[in-house]
Amino acid sequence: MKRLRGFIIKEFYHIFRDYRTMVILFGLPVVQVLLFGFVLTNEVKDANIAVLDKSKDAETMNIINKLTSSGYFMLNAVLESEDEVEGVFQEGKVKQVVIFEENFAKTLKNEGRARIQLLADASDPNTAQTLVNYTTAVVNTYLAEKAKSEGKQLLIDVVPKMLYNPAMEASYMFVPGVIAIVLMLISSMITSISIAREKELGTMEVLLVSPLRAGQIIIGKVVPYVFLSFLIAATILLVGRFVFGVPINGPLGLLLAESLLFILLALSLGILVSTVSKTQQTAMLISLFALLLPTILLSGLIFPIENMPLLLQYISHAIPAKYFVIILKNIMIKGTGLESVWFETIVLGGITLFFILLSVLNFKKRLE
Amino acid sequence: MSEREIVIRVRNLVKKFGNFTANDNLCFDVYKGEVFGFLGANGAGKTTAIRILCGLMAPTSGEISVAGFDIYRETEKIKRHIGYMSQKFSLYEDLTVYENIRFYGGIYGLRRKEIAKRADALLVRLGFSEVRNSLIKSLPLGWKQKLAFSIAILHRPDIVFLDEPTGGVDPITRRQFWDMIYESASEGLTVFVTTHYMDEAEYCDRVSIMADGRIEALDTPLNLIKYYNASTMDEVFVKIARPVQQL
Amino acid sequence: MESNQQIIAKGIFKSYKDVKALEDISFSIPRGELFGFIGPDGAGKTTLFRILVTLLLQDKGEINLFGLDSRRDFRKVRLMTGYMPGRFSLYQDLSVEENLTFFATIFGTTIKENYHLIRDIYSQIEPFKKRPAGKLSGGMKQKLALSCALIHKPELLVLDEPTTGVDAVSRKEFWEMLGNLKKLGITIIVSTPYMDEASLCDRVALIQDGKIMQTDTPANIVSSYSAPLYAIRSEKMHKLINDLRTFPETASAYTFGQYIHLTLTPTAKAEDVVGFLSEKNHTGLEINTISPNIEDCFMNLMVK
Repeated sequence: MKRLRGFIIKEFYHIFRDYRTMVILFGLPVVQVLLFGFVLTNEVKDANIAVLDKSKDAETMNIINKLTSSGYFMLNAVLESEDEVEGVFQEGKVKQVVIFEENFAKTLKNEGRARIQLLADASDPNTAQTLVNYTTAVVNTYLAEKAKSEGKQLLIDVVPKMLYNPAMEASYMFVPGVIAIVLMLISSMITSISIAREKELGTMEVLLVSPLRAGQIIIGKVVPYVFLSFLIAATILLVGRFVFGVPINGPLGLLLAESLLFILLALSLGILVSTVSKTQQTAMLISLFALLLPTILLSGLIFPIENMPLLLQYISHAIPAKYFVIILKNIMIKGTGLESVWFETIVLGGITLFFILLSVLNFKKRLE
Repeated sequence: MSEREIVIRVRNLVKKFGNFTANDNLCFDVYKGEVFGFLGANGAGKTTAIRILCGLMAPTSGEISVAGFDIYRETEKIKRHIGYMSQKFSLYEDLTVYENIRFYGGIYGLRRKEIAKRADALLVRLGFSEVRNSLIKSLPLGWKQKLAFSIAILHRPDIVFLDEPTGGVDPITRRQFWDMIYESASEGLTVFVTTHYMDEAEYCDRVSIMADGRIEALDTPLNLIKYYNASTMDEVFVKIARPVQQL
Repeated sequence: MESNQQIIAKGIFKSYKDVKALEDISFSIPRGELFGFIGPDGAGKTTLFRILVTLLLQDKGEINLFGLDSRRDFRKVRLMTGYMPGRFSLYQDLSVEENLTFFATIFGTTIKENYHLIRDIYSQIEPFKKRPAGKLSGGMKQKLALSCALIHKPELLVLDEPTTGVDAVSRKEFWEMLGNLKKLGITIIVSTPYMDEASLCDRVALIQDGKIMQTDTPANIVSSYSAPLYAIRSEKMHKLINDLRTFPETASAYTFGQYIHLTLTPTAKAEDVVGFLSEKNHTGLEINTISPNIEDCFMNLMVK
């Protein structure tokens, strides 16, 4: 135990001495969150929309005019039936279709309440959300003006429907994704590099001939990074919460426990990488291309999994980050507990166990 | 001696890193065709001085000319007229013998035909024609060092700097290496060499010994041995370098 | 001698792919001896040492270290061995003291407990104990690495080229330290490419191309050199060696500092050389019969 403690202390020295890496480790996630946050929630201008007006009355004409003159939208197509909706989206002509129900003006007048349905292309979730928000705002402004001139309180329900990405939960879905990326980066890449560095320097030779067991060397390497990763995950959550108002609706304890599980998984991957790489350079390249890129591209963070070709969808099942992102979204945004994420948790746990075993077995107690 | 052509001229060379003085007022001349041994304990300031002479680092003060060029204004010209070889960096392990030759020839702007001509001559002289297309990493260390030296003087420099060229090489190859040095020196090449083998110091025409940033002794090996009342250069070296190290 | 009082290697072979690193290496080293492996880079010293400290497995052959088998009892071997790899394996970003503390801890001991072992060595670098190891000079790194290898009170010290790249003064000091450690009863196995260091060992093995050429005390190795050896010099040394190489009776001629060491074919005499060289207009000629050193012996064995 004393040996292990000495090892861990040494590892912390390495981490704190290398202040440049520390700055990158804590700076990178914050910068990433801020970048994603601000870039993706950018203003939308002249977005192409289509209209399916089943009523074709004065009210619908007015609202369409308001929409097109707002500066946010360009009317690209006027549809005649619902069958055409799929087509215009597929061609990528429009980002949103505005559907007025039949007898719109009549219903509004008689019942004081009518309905507009919005279909948005949510494969770009942030834009979709922004378009829906703008449309709602334009409709509400129109209603307010009408109320002023006619002295009548009317109501229009704007019902958005997100296509191609129905589970989309507003623009802050990037926060779980960034957490997944950063944890993968730190835990796997940094650990594998730090082990490869010992091989390069020749200190691994001395560690191996010491009475330390393979397990002890691995634990000693891993523990400091568990702490570090945990701190960084917390930093991202705080930035997300207080800069972008990302909610944490579910139980915080569960959220942290799931994060810990994912950290362990990434660390075991990192150790596995280090067992096959002799230099820091190899370790870095392997973790970058074999671990980090798939995490970014295939976890559903940037490209929704539903929109991927079938083959990639299958591959995405093998990307641990995918499950972690699902877990995070459920807990943070939907506010659900373990009952909704038990399956993903078991998958993550299983993968972790598998890789820990594999890396301990693979860790050589001799050089060769 | 005074009539001989001076190729390296160093006057009052000082190099400071912050408060630390790495080279403290060095003054010496190196003559054309001379094998000049540059000795000193680890950390005595040898590496710094060599870097300055090669134009890799500017001195804090002092007047220095190498191959007739000023160290402050004409470093690019200096680099064309010197060759450099060290134990640590010599050749690309993953290139073949000929590829290495071609690469270094190219760096110094030799024309393709000229490179091919000199490469053939070099390989014949070393007896390496058979390994022309072998990877460097497949050669024994001694061969690599011989080849590295030949490549370092491929562009026919005036001066070649050798930084511990024979570390770890077997005794026979080590002597063959020195034969090459002598042969080149007899053709007019000036050789500036550092070594940890004190018997090699005795092969030099003149030897300087640095300690603590200063040149403590500079003369022919024979004179130094007489002056310090020693029987070998090893004893001379220890007498000069040891008292300083103990501080 | 009882097997638990010596280190015995029998018929060690080791290859990397198609390169033979070690071929039929056998030796025995009694407890308390200072034993040297002398040979150039690439002779197989590092491979042999890694096998000794159980970091590598030999393809063939057995090593018994004080009664422990290097394969089967590798954990016990590791516990009793202090190993200093070729590159001083220190953590560059940790201070002198932190390095030493770390290596003490992983061997389950403390600096205090075994301070007496390292006092002579460590006290020389103790004034710099807060300095990062990466900023030490070569000689100081070497002392720190030795302290780290000693801190768990090993019975056997395995030092792979501890003096390579270190200046002559630090090398001398290092060998003095090894002499002191030997007095404490520690068995020391050391490798070096510097032939002159052979005389500082109790016994040496001359190793070249993965084979041991000779194992004996330095004195015996020198006295087994049978042919008469001459040290010869003249005013023009470079011409001298070229001329000597053309002399038909020359068996070998190698430069040694200011002299050339010369051996002749069995029938030739020193006077023949003098005569030959006088014809070649050499002046200041000096020729003496000398006793060989280890390097002479090494080269003699190499060409055999």
